[in-house]
Amino acid sequence: MPTVSVGRDRLFAALGRSYTQEEFDELCFSFGIELDDVTTEKAIISKEKHLEEDKPSADDEIIYKIEIPANRYDLLSLEGLAEALRVFNGEKKIRYTVALIPKESMLKMHVKKETSLIRPFVVCAVLRGITFDEASYNSFIDLQDKLHQNICRKRTLAAIGTHDLDTLQGPFTYEALPPTDINFIPLKQVKNFRADELMEFYKSDEKLTKFLHIIENSSVFPVIYDSNRTVLSLPPIINGAHSAITLKTKNVFIECTATDLTKAKIVLNTMVTTFSIYCERKFEVEPVEVISFDGNSSVYPDLSEYTMEVPLSYITGSIGVPLEVDEVTNLLKRMQLNAEKAGSGASNISVSVPPTRSDILHPCDVMEDVAIAYGYNNIPKRKLSSLRPLPLNQLSDLIRSEISMNGFTEVLTWILCSKKEIFEMLNRKDDKSTAVIIGNPRSSDFEVVRTSLMPGMLKTVGHNKDHPKPIKIYEVGDVVLLDDTKDVGATNRRLLAALYCGANSGFELIHSLVDRIMEVMGTPFVSIGDKSGYYIELSEEPEFLLGRQAKIIYKGSRIGTFGIVHPEVLNNFGIPDPCSFLELNIESFL
Amino acid sequence: MAEDAILGYLATHAEIPDSEQFATQHSLHHNEVVNVIKSLHGFRYIDAHDIKRETWVLTDEGKKYAADGSPEVQLFLALPPQGSISKDELQKKLDPSVFKIGCSQAGKNKWVEMGKQVSRKVQHVEDKVKDLLIRVQSGQAIGKDDINSLKARKLIVAQTWKGYSVRKGPNYAPKRKKVATDLTRENLQRGDWKELEFKEYNFNAKGPPAESGHLHPLLKVKQQLKNIFLQLGFEEMPTNNFVESSFWNFDALFQPQQHPARDSHDTFFLEAPSTTRELPEDYVELVKHVHESGGYGSRGYMYDWKREEANKNLLRTHTTAVSTRMLYALAKQPFSPKRYFSIDRVFRNESVDRTHLAEFHQIEGLVCDRGLTLGDLIGVLNDFFSRLGMSKLRFKPAYNPYTEPSMEIFSYHEGLKKWVEIGNSGMFRPEMLLPMGFPEDVRVIAWGLSLERPTMILYGIDNIRDLFGHKVDLSLIKRNPICRLGIN
Repeated sequence: MPTVSVGRDRLFAALGRSYTQEEFDELCFSFGIELDDVTTEKAIISKEKHLEEDKPSADDEIIYKIEIPANRYDLLSLEGLAEALRVFNGEKKIRYTVALIPKESMLKMHVKKETSLIRPFVVCAVLRGITFDEASYNSFIDLQDKLHQNICRKRTLAAIGTHDLDTLQGPFTYEALPPTDINFIPLKQVKNFRADELMEFYKSDEKLTKFLHIIENSSVFPVIYDSNRTVLSLPPIINGAHSAITLKTKNVFIECTATDLTKAKIVLNTMVTTFSIYCERKFEVEPVEVISFDGNSSVYPDLSEYTMEVPLSYITGSIGVPLEVDEVTNLLKRMQLNAEKAGSGASNISVSVPPTRSDILHPCDVMEDVAIAYGYNNIPKRKLSSLRPLPLNQLSDLIRSEISMNGFTEVLTWILCSKKEIFEMLNRKDDKSTAVIIGNPRSSDFEVVRTSLMPGMLKTVGHNKDHPKPIKIYEVGDVVLLDDTKDVGATNRRLLAALYCGANSGFELIHSLVDRIMEVMGTPFVSIGDKSGYYIELSEEPEFLLGRQAKIIYKGSRIGTFGIVHPEVLNNFGIPDPCSFLELNIESFL
Repeated sequence: MAEDAILGYLATHAEIPDSEQFATQHSLHHNEVVNVIKSLHGFRYIDAHDIKRETWVLTDEGKKYAADGSPEVQLFLALPPQGSISKDELQKKLDPSVFKIGCSQAGKNKWVEMGKQVSRKVQHVEDKVKDLLIRVQSGQAIGKDDINSLKARKLIVAQTWKGYSVRKGPNYAPKRKKVATDLTRENLQRGDWKELEFKEYNFNAKGPPAESGHLHPLLKVKQQLKNIFLQLGFEEMPTNNFVESSFWNFDALFQPQQHPARDSHDTFFLEAPSTTRELPEDYVELVKHVHESGGYGSRGYMYDWKREEANKNLLRTHTTAVSTRMLYALAKQPFSPKRYFSIDRVFRNESVDRTHLAEFHQIEGLVCDRGLTLGDLIGVLNDFFSRLGMSKLRFKPAYNPYTEPSMEIFSYHEGLKKWVEIGNSGMFRPEMLLPMGFPEDVRVIAWGLSLERPTMILYGIDNIRDLFGHKVDLSLIKRNPICRLGIN
């Protein structure tokens, strides 16, 4: 994206009002440019020279660096930018005209056949009665630079030469000659150079050396002469010193040579429309006739407006906002596009694209401008069909894969079990206030709904006595607890259980798993009492061995317990080997 | 042994007044008793109090005399009862030190006549020194003068004796429980787990590091995004083709051949294979025409389109190259709406810094249907990004050669307190879609963003090289939490 630097105060003067930085930022955002940086001339220079930055003083001019879309060449100068924003704010747009001059009295540029060997096209125009001040003069130079960098692709596609017309005598010729036949004093030099020597000379020039390759290996170099054989320029390398423009220049001759005629025209149009504001006859440009070696003649600049007919339904149907014709035409005016109801059909809009808007190629570009003027952020959104997954199940799945990666094997056990298994066999007393009781059990295996994953896990180990040790298993599943706050009086709870069984209890390993689960939940280990993470405290649960069990406190509440399973419990489940067990509520992580 | 004796004794007695006596009474070594007392005291089964006594013990020399007799007696006995022997002869019969000390002590005691010839002066002597030494050795008391004389001869030295008096401690039990660090299978088998006493466990420290496998953070985020796309009804595009032609990467997207992105500064072009072997010729003609002179209502770019440029191979600069191929294939079929997505690697000829890599991952989503509007695009973006936790969005007009309108997506970052650009979006240009053969009312809305940027914001990483590539710290990958995108 190209960036232009403009003086804030000059910009605001051109806009006819001032803005706070926030307001201006907002204006840029809605128009589609971006206030990239706010700085001062001094700061830019110190930065370039890698100097210590001086404290900016109040009278330093504030510079806005503004990012411009790559296809908006008309915004590459303060003048063009101000015009676009002015019109966007609802002001009337400028209409550029070409001076009406009879063809006989037009300045002429004759194009020689040899130019087709190297750089076949040239387009020209004249800005009459111009008045530069330092700022506008600098802007004039800067815009050429920006155009050379961007649309001209570093002068390969097109290159601009600007001249003090009063030092020259038309008609002009655009020729291509052997380098040894070209002699002139180039800009910023005092000595006469032959073109081939000049190329050698510029090899050490930091700025110009980059462009030499464009013509270097050609047998002929492009060159522009006036009728006195004064060299105007050796495009795309350098202008002659003779016709150099200054602050005092009144009449500017602009030539643009190119390998791409379309781009040359855009470049010329951009230059003349931007700076015609400083002409005696504002916004008027004097044409030049370019006569080809084969006799074909064209007059430049071509500032005619291009007309495009766009169906209203295309615009509204693409944006998704119902708009009437006059609403659309008003919106388009703010984007510098003159539009009116087309004569042919009631629902067609006729759009005139000014020469400054070379980016408009297709009705879709017009449609976009309507959307921008309407405001992207005012367009009502339409939701496409989509699904929402269940957070609890998504989280369960992520935790499951993490625990598997820790080397634990997943088991899937029954929800139903016997009363004994959730109470006595776990050394617990039935407090009659936790478990859902089944009224008509077919067998004692299905008396209650589990309140813990522990019995299922222990039964699994008990039935896998011959399995090589250690056994590392886990389950993520629901238990059901009595709950008065629910309509039915009971509620599910998603728990995670993990168990280690081996020659040793594996208590530390289960402790490590607790730490790992907390780590993957992004929870820090904190000191006791701290509610920003988790910590562990000794617990006293009957199913675990005393002294070798702990509760997990997460953000201040207890979410689980782990410990060495009590030998009596192991015995109850017929397990001959020590086990450590972890159970925690994962709903608390949601 | 000693432990049972001590704990057992205390079960019926209030005190063991002296550990040494106790040891003697129970035929135990005092050292063993002391060690057990120290250990029981540590676990507070008993309370032990120090007691001290001064005692005398024999030096090595003293021990020798206690066994062999004092030197003066030895010397005396070496003399004949009658008569005399020469001094030289006597010296030969005795150890040199015994001879030396014996001569001096026996002389002092006036037991012998010393000269060149040595003879007895008395007929009987008593070895009082030896008797005293034996008494000291067996712990019996001797007189003060005797002690001094033995001490002067360096036959005994003083020693401080330490022992304990012992009473029940607060944790007293007649039998000590076993201290264990873990419950073992043997404990269960022997049934001694009831007697186990565990060393206190430190819950203030984390457990040992877990042995575990870990997924890469970037791919965890990718997985979640994939899920989100699936929930939105998007189908994944095959993106396993890094080498692409300029045609599919640029030209088919109506990106002009002079566009700066096609510079070698931005794109990796290939030396081998340098050009593509084939392109769909009919379609190439249509693309060439739309670039050069437009059509489909467009003015075109009005330049000479060059086939050689389109043939140049490159490493794809965006996954939109794949989208283009997919759309081209879709347009060949009778029309049916589609939603496509991909998340895969793209390449840019950029210098590597904190925020840029020569390769990164692009996330892309597109919807192809009749009558789509900007409202649909804004709607799908809101749905998509709200699932990433970014529900406050706004859109800025932007330029992109193949989308019109184009919208940059900004999200309000609560941490940074500002709007941050998070992606790009737009509606594909008719100049791209119509040459493919889509009906005129078919529109394609699309958006793209990098995978790295939201991941960096998510995990607070400010250097892209800390996230992706060989310079990544493995412990960062290990520590990284699960990716909860799309969950809340």
